[in-house]
Amino acid sequence: MPRKRYIQAINEALFEEMERDPKVIVFGEDVELAIFGDTRGLLERFGRDRIRNTPICEATLAGMAVGAAITGYRVVFHMMFSNFIYTGFDAIANQMAKLRLMTGGQIELPITVIAGYGGGRSTAAQHSDTPHPLLMNLGGLNVLVPATPADAKGLLKEAIRGKNPSFFLEASGRGGDSGEVPDGDYTVPFGKAAIARAGNDVTVVAVGSMLKPALSAAEKLQSAGIGVEVIDPRTLVPLDAETIVRSVRKTGRAVIVDEARDRCSAASHIAAIVADKAFSSLKGPVKRVTVPDVSMPYAPNAESRVLPSENQIAQVATDLVHSKQFA
Amino acid sequence: MTDRQNPSNEQLLSLFERMTLIRLMEERLRADSAAGKLPGAVHLYIGQEAVAVGVCANLRDSDWIASTHRGHGHFLAKGGDPKAMMAEIWGKRTGICKGMGGSMHVADLSKGILGANGIVGGGFAIATGAALSAKLSGNGRIAVAFFGDGAANQGVFMECLNVSTLWQLPLVFVCEYNHFCEFTPTATVTAGEIADRARAFKIPCEVVDGNDVMAVWSAAAKAVAWARSGKGPAFVEAQTYRIQGHLESEDLFLAGGKYREKKEIDEWRKLDPISRFGQSLLSKGVCTTGTLDSISTKIAGVVEDAVKFAEASEPADPELTFDVMFAGQKP
Repeated sequence: MPRKRYIQAINEALFEEMERDPKVIVFGEDVELAIFGDTRGLLERFGRDRIRNTPICEATLAGMAVGAAITGYRVVFHMMFSNFIYTGFDAIANQMAKLRLMTGGQIELPITVIAGYGGGRSTAAQHSDTPHPLLMNLGGLNVLVPATPADAKGLLKEAIRGKNPSFFLEASGRGGDSGEVPDGDYTVPFGKAAIARAGNDVTVVAVGSMLKPALSAAEKLQSAGIGVEVIDPRTLVPLDAETIVRSVRKTGRAVIVDEARDRCSAASHIAAIVADKAFSSLKGPVKRVTVPDVSMPYAPNAESRVLPSENQIAQVATDLVHSKQFA
Repeated sequence: MTDRQNPSNEQLLSLFERMTLIRLMEERLRADSAAGKLPGAVHLYIGQEAVAVGVCANLRDSDWIASTHRGHGHFLAKGGDPKAMMAEIWGKRTGICKGMGGSMHVADLSKGILGANGIVGGGFAIATGAALSAKLSGNGRIAVAFFGDGAANQGVFMECLNVSTLWQLPLVFVCEYNHFCEFTPTATVTAGEIADRARAFKIPCEVVDGNDVMAVWSAAAKAVAWARSGKGPAFVEAQTYRIQGHLESEDLFLAGGKYREKKEIDEWRKLDPISRFGQSLLSKGVCTTGTLDSISTKIAGVVEDAVKFAEASEPADPELTFDVMFAGQKP
């Protein structure tokens, strides 16, 4: 399989889906120039009717995505940074997430919202958020957190072909990461976690951007004789709880790693499910490695202080394995 | 100004009939709300019937409308089924949204009704998106955004004026200036003239007597023709008055507090759009009192049938909540 960069895989998915279905349209701020690289070349190929720059007015754009989707288009709405989800939030929370139910199922909403999330690049608090917990809580939205180029391409294609609104959250700091991407047309189904690495001593569930440090930590612990099973949920809504619970029943230990702030994070939600469904298998408490309940600071050293790291994941997993508390 | 034919006598009577339908449906909902028969609140359209009817008479079934929380009139004017609307408001499974939406969310996609909307200003962007869709498809459809004077103070109004002008979208903005933003007189919370906000974008703009159905009809005919011709959005402001409260049952929580005088309501009652139009039909010799009476009698029967249908229907299916949250996917 050829190796491709994360952002390149996303670009390919957009290209292929626009080629495949003339009803796919892309709009958002600066999409013509493709500042993230994910929309590069689309304007030249498909023209301004199908991909166009918009004014900066997220509240309207999110509502327009709903209007255009109800009336026959497959809308890809690029929101740039995921903090801008907040400026478009009324139409997201009140219309996009609810209109299908409120109309008694009369409508489908084939909308894919793309937004980059997360810190690590000194973009400061208003460009570093991880709003997936907020989106998960709305109920009517799929929430996708691809960690690898292959999953990014496959999940994006699945989202664009789908019938429901899906938030495709790009890990902002991962655009240049490369990985193997299958040739040809493929999709990745929602709600199927990936076992990124097998192990028997502790399960580490790594959400999106956290897969990379989790895998590094697992590699490190291997030499210390600790076998880490790393689960990548790939989608948070729908969530493949079964794969996570099965792994924890095997290892008896769970660490959930999430770049969201700790309070009401995806990690706390997954931890609650694990405590509920795998309680009798647990050899220790369910641990969370998350961002503390603070905003993301600007200075690189201050950012590092709050972002979950490979060392922190390794330490928490090691302590859990060596804990005698529940043995 | 576009050349257009004056409506035939048959069309005039049809306008009268549609306005009467809205009025009698709303009167019945008022009574049933007061009697505690309805599960949720209702925001009634009494006094504003000429606006929805005058505008929608210019639309095709395939055109789109986005409505407001005060949306029963738009639903019925665009051809929505009275029985399905009534059953929806009663929370029944035979409702147009199967009891999942209620009064503030009546929608019928097969009639181009994108839905009433519980968020003030929520319809602007949905209509703008539908207009983008129509423009890209080249299918000749247009979209209409109905909104109140209250919604005109939401930022999305300006955003949608901008984007629809910029992209020359086939969209008609219809501001129903009913003088109230919930429980607050509009003048106390609104700077300048709302129509001037559209004029700033060079959008063709007309302000009309919203209690005169023919004035609304004429302005809407021009606005619709403009939008359909591909020249971009048009704007109509209809000056009217909300005869009822923001919602029925408001007396229960206003606790004697007042935001308007009875005298003001009585003055506007004299301008009742249905009586005025009826008088005008009689004075022009379009029909006799007998014709108007028989329309009212017929419509009273339609309303009675709608209520009987709603009452006799099964309550909503609670399990449907889980089935319709997503398309083809469990929540």
